[in-house]
Amino acid sequence: MKRLLPLLLLCSIAAGPPVDLRSGYDDASAETRAMQDDDGGNPGFLWVREGEAQWSQPAGPLGKSCASCHGDATVSMRGVAARYPLIDKATNRPMTLDRRIGECRTDRQQAEALPPESDAALGLAAYVGLQSRGMPLNVDADNPFVAAGRRLFETRMGQLNLSCAQCHDDRAGMKLAGAVIPQGHPNGYPEYRLEWQAMGSLNRRLRNCMVGVRAEPFPPDSPEMAALALYLAVRAKGLKVETPAVRP
Amino acid sequence: MPVRAVSRGELAPGILRGGLALVALLTMAAGDASNGRAIIANRQLSACLLCHTGPFPDPHLQGNLAPSLAGAGSRLTEAALRQRLIAPDPDSIMPSYAATAGLHRVGKQWAGKPVLTPQQIDDVVAFLVTLRAP
Ligand code: HEC
Ligand code: HEC
Repeated sequence: MKRLLPLLLLCSIAAGPPVDLRSGYDDASAETRAMQDDDGGNPGFLWVREGEAQWSQPAGPLGKSCASCHGDATVSMRGVAARYPLIDKATNRPMTLDRRIGECRTDRQQAEALPPESDAALGLAAYVGLQSRGMPLNVDADNPFVAAGRRLFETRMGQLNLSCAQCHDDRAGMKLAGAVIPQGHPNGYPEYRLEWQAMGSLNRRLRNCMVGVRAEPFPPDSPEMAALALYLAVRAKGLKVETPAVRP
Repeated sequence: MPVRAVSRGELAPGILRGGLALVALLTMAAGDASNGRAIIANRQLSACLLCHTGPFPDPHLQGNLAPSLAGAGSRLTEAALRQRLIAPDPDSIMPSYAATAGLHRVGKQWAGKPVLTPQQIDDVVAFLVTLRAP
């Protein structure tokens, strides 16, 4: 029986992306879920409030704010986060929401870029994301970048030689160093992580997972990160946007 | 116990010295068991307990992705234990602790280095041998 154990472990392992989708919320503790459910107690709302203030704050030489172009975010940004990443018409490449906000800031407002992971960048992304809370992810999957993202997801990497899929497809629900491995969905970002004591972007999470297997993380604005983000969103189709989620 | 053929490039220099056969390697050097125990208990260094459980403190911080290390020395010979560390089944998620090639995108600070040195592997094996089934 003991000799069979490794074999049994292998047999219990499913192939391919999860069929029964579970948000990271479903794998979180009751306390963490309660924190997310209460907007007053969810620390992510500190960033949301900052983003809300920024939305109508002019920046750059043109004196334009987000609101100058997009008006009321509760109307114009509704459903946007559920559609991203999408294929950008100008470049014909996957474009993440974080990247799009950054582009509006530098190209259309002509203001200085918001540093990645800054409170300002996370706040705007969280405020925009909140406008789609509760809506199912529904990203356009009809492009070759989805398959490219999936290949990356299934490629072993790093000194520990593990792929995203080996943990998040094959071993979701099992424990890595005592922590439940979630299915690895992007539906809560930017999200507040108790481990970070801060808000963070999806890029930051993916970077953590890559450094965890001792791999060289893809740069934040790389085509690889965008393809991975796109594949994750397609893989999570139908899960509800939870921004700003709270996770362990 | 069949031994997978390992190309020299897959192993860190020093492990396969001057074309020594793997058979010889599998019966090499005696390690320091107490140091081996410390290496396994050090998650940052060896990562063993990310996946395995075993007779170590803080069971709630151990993984369940792999068989328990308890009793490993009764189930496997010293040579087989060493093989698991150096050249695990390529379909397994268990990483090779000696490989420096055949890996993708290894982070800069780890590139070209095996997870453990040959001496550390000897130490870990010396400890695993002592893990007897009750
Ligand atoms: C060795 C196992 C392992 C590997 C490999 C791994 N992850 Fe993770 N991942 C985890 C664990 C464990 C967590 C949860 C951490 C926590 O909640 O504290 C996580 C969290 C995530 C999350 C956040 C889910 C949520 O609900 O917030 C995403 C997204 C994710 N991983 C994607 C990836 C991608 C993409 C890759 C490959 C580039 C990858 N992971 C590789 C173990 C892994
Ligand atoms: C990323 C996961 C992972 C890590 C890290 C890992 N192992 Fe393993 N190990 C496994 C799995 C899974 C098996 C089951 C057999 C197989 O699939 O190769 C295994 C099998 C073994 C076995 C054989 C057990 C038996 O009863 O057959 C030993 C011994 C072992 N590992 C020791 C170690 C030691 C010591 C370390 C650290 C120096 C380590 N492992 C790190 C996943 C891992």
